[in-house]
Amino acid sequence: MIAAYIPPEKLGTPPMSESPWELLPTASNHAASLDWLYVFLTAVTGISFVLVIGAMFYFMWKYKKRSDNDKTSPLTHNGRLEFAWSAIPAVFLMAFFIKGEVDFVRLSAPPADAIDIRVTGQKWYWTIEYPGRPVAATVEVEDGEIAPLLIVPKGQPVRLLMTSKDVIHSFYIPAFRVKKDVIPGRYSSVWFEAIEEGTFPVFCTEYCGDEHSSMLAVVKVVPPEDYEQAVLEATTLEQGEGETLEQFGEKVYKSFACNSCHNLDSSVKVGPGFGGVYGKTESLTDGSSLTVDENYIRESIYQPNAKVVAGFTPQMPSFAGQINEDQMNAIIAYIKSLK
Amino acid sequence: MADDSKNTDGKNTDDKPEPSYLTAKRGLMSWLVTVDHKRIGLMYLAATAFFFLVAGLLAITLRTELYTGQQDFMSAATYNKVFTLHGAIMTFLFIIPSVPAAMGNFILPLMLGAKDVAFPKLNLLSFYIYCIAALTLVLTLVLGSLDTGWTFYTPYSKSTGTAVIMATMGAFIAGFSSILTGVNFVVTVHKMRAPGMTWNRMPLMIWALYATALIQIMATPVLAITLFLLVIERTLSIGIFDPAMGGDPVLYQHFFWFYSHPAVYIMILPGFGIISELITVHSRKHIFGYRAIALSSVAIAVISFIVWGHHMFVSGQSELAGIVFSFLTFAVAVPTAIKVFSWVATLYGGSIRYTTPMWYALVFLWTFTIGGLTGVYLGTLSVDVHLHDTYFVVAHFHYVMVGGTVVAFLGGLFHWWPKMFGRMYNETLGKISALLVFVGFNLTFFTQFFLGHQGMPRRYYAYLPEYETLHQVSTIGSWILAVGLFLVLYTLIIALKSGERAPANPWQAVSLEWQTASPPIEHNFHATPHVTGSPYDFPEIDKSGKH
Repeated sequence: MIAAYIPPEKLGTPPMSESPWELLPTASNHAASLDWLYVFLTAVTGISFVLVIGAMFYFMWKYKKRSDNDKTSPLTHNGRLEFAWSAIPAVFLMAFFIKGEVDFVRLSAPPADAIDIRVTGQKWYWTIEYPGRPVAATVEVEDGEIAPLLIVPKGQPVRLLMTSKDVIHSFYIPAFRVKKDVIPGRYSSVWFEAIEEGTFPVFCTEYCGDEHSSMLAVVKVVPPEDYEQAVLEATTLEQGEGETLEQFGEKVYKSFACNSCHNLDSSVKVGPGFGGVYGKTESLTDGSSLTVDENYIRESIYQPNAKVVAGFTPQMPSFAGQINEDQMNAIIAYIKSLK
Repeated sequence: MADDSKNTDGKNTDDKPEPSYLTAKRGLMSWLVTVDHKRIGLMYLAATAFFFLVAGLLAITLRTELYTGQQDFMSAATYNKVFTLHGAIMTFLFIIPSVPAAMGNFILPLMLGAKDVAFPKLNLLSFYIYCIAALTLVLTLVLGSLDTGWTFYTPYSKSTGTAVIMATMGAFIAGFSSILTGVNFVVTVHKMRAPGMTWNRMPLMIWALYATALIQIMATPVLAITLFLLVIERTLSIGIFDPAMGGDPVLYQHFFWFYSHPAVYIMILPGFGIISELITVHSRKHIFGYRAIALSSVAIAVISFIVWGHHMFVSGQSELAGIVFSFLTFAVAVPTAIKVFSWVATLYGGSIRYTTPMWYALVFLWTFTIGGLTGVYLGTLSVDVHLHDTYFVVAHFHYVMVGGTVVAFLGGLFHWWPKMFGRMYNETLGKISALLVFVGFNLTFFTQFFLGHQGMPRRYYAYLPEYETLHQVSTIGSWILAVGLFLVLYTLIIALKSGERAPANPWQAVSLEWQTASPPIEHNFHATPHVTGSPYDFPEIDKSGKH
C-alpha cells in the first residue's frame, strides 16, 4: 500500500530520447528485436507509401484534363496485375506476422529462474513488493514527491506478478517494450531482463479514472551486486539522522499514500482532512461523539471502520501489520502538527 | 445507361416542370412526418452534422488542454468527461449514422433507380429512434456526465458514479436505429433495383452500403446485449463482468469488440463507396477492378467479425488467441490494400478534373493509405505490445476514421450537394477547405505516431515534459483542421443561398441519381429508368482500340 500519485512533470526521470525520430533506449532483452521489426515495418510500409502515392501524383500530373475532347483509357481490369498486388503484400504481411508471433511467444514465457516481484495496482498508485520485505519500495522524486520504485538487477530475468485491487490498470515500461493489463481477481505477468542501467518511467496505460495520468512509477536498473542493498534501502522506512519526528511522519504520510484520500488542510477529499483534526470533537455515524486524540488516530489507522465520522463511508483499508510502532508515533506527531 | 434513361424520359423535366422534393410540400409537419427518403436523409444530415460540430468542439478543447504538460484550464475529472463525450458522440451519433443514414438514405434509392427505400415508414421510425438515442446521450451531460471512455470498460464502468446507465441506454437505442436502416437497405438493394441493374451493374457505393448494412444487422444486436448486461449488472447487482461478484471483466471486452470491430467497418466501408464514385466520375474513367472492389467490401464485412481479439493482445486473453487474431487481422489487410491499388490504377489514362470532390478523394488516398499501413504495425503482435494504448493507436484510428471516413464524407457532400439542393458551391472556397483539412489533419495526427512510439499513453491529461513539443505541433494542427471544417460549413451553407443553379448532371456522371432533375422530384424519376450498362461507362472512354 505504498507510494503516492504524482504530477508527471515531477517524476524526474531523464528523457528517454533526444528527438522524436529516435527510438527509445533498448533497456531490456525484448527491446532490440522489437525495434528491428519496427524499423523493418517502417521501411516496408514507407516504401509502399511512396510507391502508391508516387503513382498517384504521377497520374495526377500525367492525366490532368487537357481539353474537352480528351479520350480516356478503356482499361477496366488486369488479372495479372491484380494477382500481383494481392500476393506481394500477402507475403510481406506473413513475414510481419511470423516475426511478431515469435517475439510475442518469447515475451509470454518467463524463464524458470526469474526473480518474482509483486505489483499491485490500485487507483491511482502501484505497490511494489519484494519477497521477504515488509514495506513496499518507494523513491523520492522532484519536490519531495514519493513514487513507487521498481528495482531490478541488470542481466537477470525478472517476472512481475501483477493484480489489481479495483479496476483494470496496465503496467507499461516503454524502455523495456513490455506492457500487460493488470486485472482485478486474477494474476497477470510480464517478464524481462534489463540490459541497461538507468532510471526509466512506468505508465499506467489502461484508463482508470481521475488520476490515470498520475499513476506513474520509476524503474531503476542497478548492477546485480548492488541489487539487494538497493532493495533494502528502498523498502526501509525509518527515522533518519537529524530528522524530526514530524518530518519522518510526513514521509510516512506520503509513503503510504495517505494523501490520495486525506488533505493536509481541513478540506475533505475522500476522507476528512488532517488540518486541525487533532483535538476536534467529531460526531460519529452511530450518533455518539468523541474528541480526536492519539488513541483515536491510532485506532483509525489499524481499525479504520470501527468508529467512522458522520458523513463518511467505511471504505478505508486497515494498515495493521504495515505501519509499525515508530511509523505510527511519527504519523501521529505529524497529524498533531497540522493546523 | 445514360442514353437509355433519356429514352425512357427519366431526365426530361424541362417541358413539364414538376416541383422538387424540397418544394413539393411545405411547412414543418411536411418534414416531421415525411416518408421521403431524401427528406429523411437531409434530416439525418442536419442531426449528424450538429453532433459532428459538438464533438468536434470537444476535441478542440481537449487538444488545447494538451498544449502543455500540466493542468491548464480543466481538472482531470473534466478532461476525462470531455474525451468520453467526444468519443461517444462522434462514434454513436456522428460517424456510424453519417454516411449510411444521412448520405446513404438520400443516394441509395436514387442510384438504384427506385422511388424510395423498401420500407419508408420504417425509415422514418429509425430517424426518430436516432433522435431518442441522441436525446438520451445528451441527457447524460445534464445528469452528471460520463467518464468511462466510449468503450465503457468494466469494472470501471461498474464502479464510477457517473451516468453510465443513461449513456449505455443511449448507445443501446442508437443501435436499433442502425439495425432498421440496415434492414431497409438490404431489402431495397435486393428488391428495388431498376430493370437491367444486375449486381454487376450496381455502383460501388451501393455495394459498400450493402456490405455495411449486413454488418449493422449482424453485429449491432451483440452490442445491445452487452450494454444491456452492463445495465443489469449495475441495477440488479448480478455479477457478470465485476470480479467482486464473480464476474469476468475481460469478457466484457470480448463482447464489446465483437461489435465494435465490425463497427469500425460500418464507419469506413461507406467511405470506400464514396471514393469509388468520386474517382471515376472526376477522372472520366471506368473503375479499375470493379469485381475486386465489390467483393473485397463483402470480404471485409465477413472477416471483420473474426478479428476483434486484436484489441486485446495485452488484456490477458490467452497467447494462442492473440496469435490467431493477429493472423486473421493480416488477412483483412489484403482486401483493403486491393481497394487502394485499384483506386490509384483508376487514375491511369484518365482525364482528371480537379474539382473539390476530387481534391477530397486524393486527400483520402493519402490519409487512408497511412491509416491502413499503420494498422499493420498494430496487427503485429510484439510491436502492438509496445504501441497498444499509446498515441500510435490514437493516430492510426483517426487516420482511418477522420482521414478515411470524414474526408470521404466531405468529398461526397461536395459531390452530391448540387443534387441535394440544386445549387453549385464555390470551387475556390471548396479547394481551400480541402487544403486546410489536409494540412491541419496531417499536422494533428502524424505527430501522434511519434508520440506513440516514444511511449506516450492515451487518455492522459498531463504528461512528461519530453512529450510537450510534439503535443504542441499536434494542437496547432487541430486548430488549422477546425478552420478548414468551418470553411466547409460556410461554403456549403452560402451555396444554398447564393450558389449558381445546378444542372441535372453537373459532373456528366452516368449513374442513375444524375439522370433526374437537381434537386430530384418527389418520386425521383418520371418513369422507371432502364439500365443497360456499367455505371462507369463514360462517353470520354476511348473504345476505338487505340489505347
